[in-house]
Amino acid sequence: MNDIRPEDRVTVLRPTAGWALFDFNELRQYRDLFYFLVWRDIKVLYAQTVLGFAWAILNPAIQIVIFSIIFGRVASVETGGVPYVLFSTVAIIPWTYMSDTMTAASQSLVQGKQLLGKIYFPRVLFPLTPILAKLVDFGISLSILIMVMLYYRVTPTWNLLLIPALVVAMMLVPAGIGMWLAALAIRYRDVKFAMSYMIKLLIYSGPILYSASAIPDDWRFWYSLNPIVGVIEGFRASLLGGPIDWQYIIPGLVMALLVFLSGALYFRRMERVFVDVI
Amino acid sequence: MTKKAISVDNISKVYRIGTREETNDSMGRSVVEFIKRPISNYRKYRSLWRFSDEVLADDYAGDDILWALRDVSFDVHQGEVVGIIGVNGAGKSTLLKVIAQITPPTRGEIRIRGRISSLLEVGTGFHPELTGRENVYLNGTILGMRKVEVDQKFDEIVEFSGVEKFLETPVKRYSMGMRVRLAFAVAAHLEPEILIIDEVLAVGDAEFQKKCLNKMEAVGSEGRTVLFVSHNMAAVTRLCSRGILLSAGGVIADGETHSIVSSYLTSGLGTMASRDWSVGESPGDDSVRLRSVRVVDTEGAVVEGADIQRPVGLEMEFDVLQDDKILLPYFQLTNEEGVIMFSTIDQELRWHSEPRKPGRYTCTAWIPGNMLSEGMVYVLVAMRTKRRNHRPIELADAVAFNVVDKMEPGSSRGPWVGRLHGVVRPKLEWSTEYRAPDKGPGE
Repeated sequence: MNDIRPEDRVTVLRPTAGWALFDFNELRQYRDLFYFLVWRDIKVLYAQTVLGFAWAILNPAIQIVIFSIIFGRVASVETGGVPYVLFSTVAIIPWTYMSDTMTAASQSLVQGKQLLGKIYFPRVLFPLTPILAKLVDFGISLSILIMVMLYYRVTPTWNLLLIPALVVAMMLVPAGIGMWLAALAIRYRDVKFAMSYMIKLLIYSGPILYSASAIPDDWRFWYSLNPIVGVIEGFRASLLGGPIDWQYIIPGLVMALLVFLSGALYFRRMERVFVDVI
Repeated sequence: MTKKAISVDNISKVYRIGTREETNDSMGRSVVEFIKRPISNYRKYRSLWRFSDEVLADDYAGDDILWALRDVSFDVHQGEVVGIIGVNGAGKSTLLKVIAQITPPTRGEIRIRGRISSLLEVGTGFHPELTGRENVYLNGTILGMRKVEVDQKFDEIVEFSGVEKFLETPVKRYSMGMRVRLAFAVAAHLEPEILIIDEVLAVGDAEFQKKCLNKMEAVGSEGRTVLFVSHNMAAVTRLCSRGILLSAGGVIADGETHSIVSSYLTSGLGTMASRDWSVGESPGDDSVRLRSVRVVDTEGAVVEGADIQRPVGLEMEFDVLQDDKILLPYFQLTNEEGVIMFSTIDQELRWHSEPRKPGRYTCTAWIPGNMLSEGMVYVLVAMRTKRRNHRPIELADAVAFNVVDKMEPGSSRGPWVGRLHGVVRPKLEWSTEYRAPDKGPGE
């Protein structure tokens, strides 16, 4: 805690800030704003829709149906004996959250550019807002997961204890990538066009539609450096039980943290010039 | 001695302005250019915010950079209300943006003591889908308030805005006026140590503007530090104890408001009394286009500060494009409190009975001397037709001028030095009859 009263705090404005992580003091000062931004995003997302929050269920549900038909029936992907619907549901639910938040966070600055030029608040709130706001959708979509698990009579195991760490990693990855891309997107609008391809491709970069055990042994280390792999494998193992594949999960968690920290560093480095390059 | 609230130390802000695009005259060069384009684009976007020492040197000859601010220094003490004035492009808004932490200075340093809030545009961050109540909270926190502060002031804010009945209605259903009132109400209840305001008084109806001015006056008298940018010299003079005059990115005068404002107005820097429009952007429709409006003296020179005793001409220049319209030039004068003082329309009979021929017209309405009150006068320019509500041209605050009493003999005040209240100050004929008292019957 700092003892200086806000009215006596001296802010020094200099040409560039250099490298730094978060200014926690400042973030604490703006926590109410953060709260209202998140709350606004939640409230406004399904405004003037008929189905409202039902979309949070429909979106992943439709994906699960399509992928189950294509990869489960037509392509018959090897799942180690797990029914494909169950196999893909446990991965698609966290993946939907990650891809939605990555897209939203990467566009957050460009979309908020009006605000950006008029008022100061910690810029990092822009990409971090969807990370929290979309948790509501994630929460709602968990009901699909629960229904599917009940249907296939999955018995919970102690592996479930891993879930909190996995949810944190699931948030850190899109937050980190979102901060990187938001800072780049404000200067290079190419990011917006590249993003839609990237999301489509990224779904194949992790074991979402196929099993990680299909990866050749030589590639496993490099494969594990993709933080999406660790998060998805972790969700699958903790929800469905069975052996936990630490060779994916440990690097996944470490990489998630690294992506987040590097994103925060880069964002801080660039945030002061955002307005000048819009 | 009070503490320094803001200390601006040799601030410069450089922008890169459009680097020239090359045009290609051959197919081959176009193809080469197409391939090289991503690299040059990358360099271009990078150069928007990186400046080498060479570029910043005094003898740099290139014309691709713009010094929006150059070596600006000043201190503001706690409780001072400072007006920042200057023509468009003088660097006022850039200065505020640098102080408000929106954009970093290219060189120099600023120290700020206490919380700072800026009102660069009212209603920033309003979301149309949210209700009035929700937007008060969102906007309040965007402007730097804590939730508890909004809680405490919520009733006051709502009362100030006058939109009580619509609190649970989404803001997208509000009229523009209601949005502005609500937004300003939130802004007016900010309590930072330093408040930065840019031209927000240009919005809302007259009564509301007056309310805002009063509120700002109150803020200033509470010992809060205020930086105020405006083209409204009357408001600056009324609210600020100190003025800073900017020109071409530098401070050219700094001192007591009255002297700064008058040096600004007399220097010819202030251009409020004359407006010109190019063909593309001129107000009007297919039948008539406004080209210029000027406030002139009897010699035809543009006057910003009009002598209260001398006639003032309102001159309107317009192009008539069709030959079947009856067009009647019209002015409406408003004082700084927003009271309409009077309106005037061209009375010449032929303009009321026959359509004007296409061509350029210049007409002038003369306001006699010893007629207007002291202070700012805002002029609404319009073109009326015979149809009741049809106005091909209507432009509020098209020009403005300041009526100044030089306290020379011959005015409506005579040797009187006190105030003369009222929206106009005509010099009237007075006559007096005197009768000596009758001799009492008892004497």
